[in-house]
Amino acid sequence: MIDVRDLVVSYGAATALDHVTLSVRRGEMVALLGPNGAGKSTLANTLAGLLTPASGTVRIDGRLALIPEGRQVFPDLSVADNLALGGWRSRQRDPSFVYQLLPQLAELSGRRAGVLSGGEQQMVAFGQALMARPDVLVVDELSLGLAPLLTARLAEHLAELNRTHGLTVLLIEQNARLAFELCRRAYVLESARVVAEGECAELADDPRVAGAYLGGAIT
Amino acid sequence: MSAFIGYLLNGLAVGCAIALIASGLVTIYRVTGVVNFAQGTFAVVAGLCTSSLLGLGVPHGVSEVAAVLVAALAGLLTGLAATGKRDTTPLSSLIVTLGVGVLAYAVEIVLWGDQPRSAPGLASSVTIAGARVQTQHLLVIAVTAATFVLLVLFFGRTYLGKALTACASNPFAARVIGIDTRLMGLLAFALGGLLGGIAGVLVTPLRPISFDTDVTLIVNGFAAAVFGALTRPGVALGGALLLGVAETMAAGYGYGSHQLEVALGLMLVVMVVQAGRRSTIHQETV
Ligand SMILES: Nc1ncnc2c1ncn2[C@@H]1O[C@H](COP(=O)(O)OP(=O)(O)OP(=O)(O)O)[C@@H](O)[C@H]1O
Ligand SMILES: [Mg+2]
Repeated sequence: MIDVRDLVVSYGAATALDHVTLSVRRGEMVALLGPNGAGKSTLANTLAGLLTPASGTVRIDGRLALIPEGRQVFPDLSVADNLALGGWRSRQRDPSFVYQLLPQLAELSGRRAGVLSGGEQQMVAFGQALMARPDVLVVDELSLGLAPLLTARLAEHLAELNRTHGLTVLLIEQNARLAFELCRRAYVLESARVVAEGECAELADDPRVAGAYLGGAIT
Repeated sequence: MSAFIGYLLNGLAVGCAIALIASGLVTIYRVTGVVNFAQGTFAVVAGLCTSSLLGLGVPHGVSEVAAVLVAALAGLLTGLAATGKRDTTPLSSLIVTLGVGVLAYAVEIVLWGDQPRSAPGLASSVTIAGARVQTQHLLVIAVTAATFVLLVLFFGRTYLGKALTACASNPFAARVIGIDTRLMGLLAFALGGLLGGIAGVLVTPLRPISFDTDVTLIVNGFAAAVFGALTRPGVALGGALLLGVAETMAAGYGYGSHQLEVALGLMLVVMVVQAGRRSTIHQETV
């Protein structure tokens, strides 16, 4: 699970997260929505330990893996090596269970990750994160630039892992429909602050959220 | 003809030493983004160490290995000084490596004096195609070839080697999966020290080495490394052999005092050509 309290993160003088409090319970799937520049990736990177908070606390139970924004693969290495390195923390180097989940990756295993299409690279990043055998998975923009079919398939895999392995997921998404379909609860982050949180069903009825993220009527 | 073969093998041996220096530069640059101007120092330290150890009666083999390990340690310390502080930019780190090189002059002069020192290598010689060739030249070529094979296997086949490549390939993603990129950078520096050290112990029996020999070594090594845009060790190896042969031929056929100019000239040509092509060093590091 994830427990974030009063988190403040800044880049020099600019505050990217301003007293953010957020929690994801064990086995829960929670969405995080917000416009560009709201601080979503900053939160994801802080959870992964890549940024140091200025103040506040971050608690994570179990192993956390992050699928970072923007298809972060190792272009010079093969798909198989990319996956094997995903197991750096878990010491798990055999990617066969990832190949079972994503058979396309098995076919691509010998190719250099740098020559793959964007969607294929995102699949590699997805598989790489699974290689860490995470208890908690933070996904920073799963659907960005992916074909709807692939997005749906990866989302299905997430839901499946959540059901069968109790994987805890924090899903950062621009596509609120997808996020609301997968998750029961959501947070909305705007200008470094949490401006709304609650059950997805309720949020969807909130005219502000619906207007901004579900393409609802502009009031 | 026999003179030509002699020069050729001599040149290849010199080129091998340059290649080892260049491969150290490339290894460190790829993993950390730092151009390590103390790379020639590692060779000098190793060369001076072997000459002292052999002088003390320590047997061959042990002396060389110990000297190479000292160079690896020097590499590690250089890495600590240059990259140990968080958020040091590669350019600042480069300046620190320059400082380490100058500081090393002081240490070397205090310990070994300022006169060139040599070390006995393989004294024998063999005859190949009518040319008398020093066995030491062949040893240098063989050891360098073996080192490069091991390097290729290390980077291409081992998990640790791939993790190092990962740091070079995408440092952010490397940190995401939990690789400590600063630790990997230090490992690269130690490896650079090791490679420089091997160059030093191989070359000292051929050309006496003194505290300031690192200038020649780094200019040549850098010239070879820029052949491969500082990132491609295979191309750097080719460049180094070419440089070694070109310089030795220049010396052999009577232009002995112009060896450094040959290296600088070649480097200039390569840089102009590469700047003309789209792929400058900077774009490749982004
Ligand atoms: N490395 C950085 N240095 C300085 N400022 C940064 C850095 N990264 C992000 N920022 C700033 O912090 C704020 C939050 O950025 P962040 O990337 O977390 O937003 P985001 O919600 O992920 O946006 P997007 O939806 O576009 O991905 C932005 O104003 C951004 O300009
Ligand atoms: Mg983002």
